[in-house]
Amino acid sequence: MSGVTSQNTNAEHSELRILGFLCNWCSYGGADTAGVARATQPTDLRIIRVPCSGRVDPLFIAKALFNGADGVLVSGCHPRDCHYSAGNFYARRRLEVLKHFLPILGIDPARFEYTWVSASEGERWKQVVTRFTEQIHALGPAPKFEDSHPLHAMVDMALAPLAPLGTGDPQLLSSVKEAIRKKLPELDCVIGWKEGRDGLHTVPHFIRTEADLEELRIGPFAIHNLATYLPNYKGKKIGILVKGCDAKSVVELLQENLIKREDVFLFALPCQGILDMGRVDQVLGRYQHITSLKTDDKTVTVVADGKEHHFPISQYAPSKCYSCTSRMAQDADMLLGNATQIQGTPQTPPELAMLDAMSLSERMAFWKSAMDRCIRCYACRNSCPMCVCRDYCVSDSRDPHWMSQSDATREKLFFQVIHTLHLAGRCTGCGECQRSCPVGIPILALRQHCARVIRELFSGYEPGTDPKAVPPLLGYQVEEEHIKEREWK
Amino acid sequence: MSDYRYLQEQDIPSFLAALRALGNRVLVPTLQKGTKESVVFTPWQEGDPVLVAKATVPAKAAVLPSCETLVTYKKTKNPDNYAETSLTLTETVEAEPTVVFASRPCDAKGIAILDNPYTKGIYKDPYYMAKREKLVVISLTCNSGCETCFCHWVGGGPSSPEGSDILMTEIPAEGTKAYVLQPITAKGKEMLAKSALKDGESVVALMNEARKAAFATLSPKPDLTEAPQKVAACFANLSFWAQETERCISCGACTYFCPTCYCFTITDEGEPTSAQGGRRLRSWDTCMSSLFTREASGHNPRPSKAERMRNRVSHKFATYPENWGIFSCSGCGRCISQCPVGLDIRKIVLHAIAEAGGTVHPPKQEEAKPAKAAPVQAPKLEEVKPAKAAPAPKEDRAEARAEGKQTPSANDTEPARSPAPRRTAKKRGFIKTSLKKSGTRRR
Ligand code: SF4
Ligand code: SF4
Ligand code: SF4
Ligand code: SF4
Repeated sequence: MSGVTSQNTNAEHSELRILGFLCNWCSYGGADTAGVARATQPTDLRIIRVPCSGRVDPLFIAKALFNGADGVLVSGCHPRDCHYSAGNFYARRRLEVLKHFLPILGIDPARFEYTWVSASEGERWKQVVTRFTEQIHALGPAPKFEDSHPLHAMVDMALAPLAPLGTGDPQLLSSVKEAIRKKLPELDCVIGWKEGRDGLHTVPHFIRTEADLEELRIGPFAIHNLATYLPNYKGKKIGILVKGCDAKSVVELLQENLIKREDVFLFALPCQGILDMGRVDQVLGRYQHITSLKTDDKTVTVVADGKEHHFPISQYAPSKCYSCTSRMAQDADMLLGNATQIQGTPQTPPELAMLDAMSLSERMAFWKSAMDRCIRCYACRNSCPMCVCRDYCVSDSRDPHWMSQSDATREKLFFQVIHTLHLAGRCTGCGECQRSCPVGIPILALRQHCARVIRELFSGYEPGTDPKAVPPLLGYQVEEEHIKEREWK
Repeated sequence: MSDYRYLQEQDIPSFLAALRALGNRVLVPTLQKGTKESVVFTPWQEGDPVLVAKATVPAKAAVLPSCETLVTYKKTKNPDNYAETSLTLTETVEAEPTVVFASRPCDAKGIAILDNPYTKGIYKDPYYMAKREKLVVISLTCNSGCETCFCHWVGGGPSSPEGSDILMTEIPAEGTKAYVLQPITAKGKEMLAKSALKDGESVVALMNEARKAAFATLSPKPDLTEAPQKVAACFANLSFWAQETERCISCGACTYFCPTCYCFTITDEGEPTSAQGGRRLRSWDTCMSSLFTREASGHNPRPSKAERMRNRVSHKFATYPENWGIFSCSGCGRCISQCPVGLDIRKIVLHAIAEAGGTVHPPKQEEAKPAKAAPVQAPKLEEVKPAKAAPAPKEDRAEARAEGKQTPSANDTEPARSPAPRRTAKKRGFIKTSLKKSGTRRR
């Protein structure tokens, strides 16, 4: 082993904390075989026996790494050899996603490995343990979130859009109202948007009467992803206005059987971008009255306390709008305009690009600084259309006690890891979580990175685009195309 | 020398440094970069920038941290007889002398509202009391109203003193920003007297003018005198609450960002037999969550967001006033601006009053939308005169509070509302809910 750096020389001699999750049938047997054969092995590893590698939730590993483990090893039966036939196939997908996910948190992915060892492979077990322990010793003790220096950073959120952004067709509203008016008698409710505390700030709107319909607002003010509400109305016939991005959430809900297609009626809006109200509010600052609100084809102009502010959509859209290629739902029940074909490859979203440019330790410091102000209001969780556990979130559970009530920053970040990993392969990138965060933490970057990992590992898979597709972490292939087994020689 | 002090913007760091030198933790609003900027109270150190903007997160954590250890415990085995164990409990009342600098009157009033249940009820909370006693609040009076705040609806105002030890008001100054510091309590007076700040007597007139001007910017307010009875009268009207909360996503942002919400949960963590032992934690909880009232049997008396919002609004506008004579809302507006779906507690209260057949006097329109060039009622101002001319407000308000007196507002508002009439227990009792149980769904 050559990679031991001088700062780690002590670590080389003292034991580090390495955790192993071993399946009962193969790897635990393999470790036993090595033991019986009196093979000499490093003693840093602490073993937890699990029934199957498929039992290993990636969060076990994340939790261990967050709470002081210097390395984590998972070992199961060789592929095709699982005693529950496919447990390790599922595990392989999840663990590979985790391994690619860790760096965005500032955790060195080399601190986690997974492999396969059968009960008879005592010698192989010895090799695996020795090599992994050496690998962790080369890395030294894991850096702690608590020890990071503050690193406050943020980037400009506006990018060059793939297609021009604007406020949309001014005539659209009346035709949309007309379309809803015709359909309303058949539906229990149509969900749209209306004016909130003032003309600039809109809120979700539940349309049941003609009078409700008059209040409808769309265009750059169609801010919220209304799909979040759909699972609440089981058994009701609900109309919903969707932008292109919102429609993906509806499709994902259908993919996961959380709503029934016949219960929803999709009104597809053509979208040219919406306002990022966080940035708009930042510009407006403290104001008392909005006395004028005008919209031309590109810009929303607001007069607040006598001061005029211009918000061109091209500069004030949320990051998702710049890389949007599907501005209008495809398989809607009613198309309220014409979809524009958008060509081009989306750029890396700005908040993610910012993290990409950082070193591992900078990322850790960044999350430490940003999550410090998280107040655990869970607006991010509750606004997410794909958070399906609703009243029974693991973050609230006491048995098992997944999360500490302690307000330590690492606990707060750990919740974001839970959310992101539960959403792996399911998150459509709608951005509701980030939009909802009252203290402006760029938590979407974690989901964006995870979505990128999913695309890379599963042939460009995009959640919420095909109602028949099985989310990648709910399935497996015996031979995975993009997951390469690592050698343990 | 008068009790007033004069502080220029460039002298803020040396003022804060002096407070720190006295052993205080000084919490100041700081700007945090993000997808939207937020302002958070952080412990100040020499060289840190100070931003005197209204904080996104109120300073509540100074007295009620989002998580604190109540007690630590350890179980030890008798080495001679392993069946015998003994348990040691260590109480962890922790309080550091703290100064909150540049909070707003609504933040400070939030603390005054917390004082009632935590320090004046049958049981006094030692953890809260310890922090409260060592706290000095320096509030910056607002120089205008804002779109989401409504302090004057609920008995406050842009320069109301409840909960503050010192009020600080920006006055016009050439080429810089300058402030007058007015002591409100004995603690505040002592702190100012000990400071190296210049006398502010000559600028008290400017201070009064600035406060008057701030008050004049407020939109007309509705009369909420009937709110406690009317909100209470809506208790059994679940369809009303269901309608008002249809867009609520039950997150809890409204309560966690509220300076007056004080509910908590208690959790035991850690192994009592381990080297570290176990600890009992108290952390913020929210009545907007289903888990808040879910019982061990699985039964939930507040199964849907309608009942939960009913609780939140009733607590603030009916039951707390019933017990303490004031609303448990300081009108800071954070629940409105921070809510991901823009729920507006002002509208809910106004709608409840209307639903129960009550009236709110001006403004007529319910949307709390200011009319253009809104005519503002001339506020009745009882001017604060320089200390020499008239007795300064030297009455110790903390004392007044401790005696359960209604503290009169300094100079720009009416006294807080009179206590609401008691509702009978019968009225509150077992009302059948018409809402369907929401099953396992959160909202
Ligand atoms: S995690 Fe965020 S971006 Fe992804 S679906 Fe949920 S709310 Fe949308
Ligand atoms: S919305 Fe923001 S503050 Fe609230 S829990 Fe999520 S990350 Fe934390
Ligand atoms: S009112 Fe708003 S902030 Fe409060 S729980 Fe409902 S959605 Fe969340
Ligand atoms: S209820 Fe809303 S407005 Fe009232 S004090 Fe709490 S957060 Fe502020």
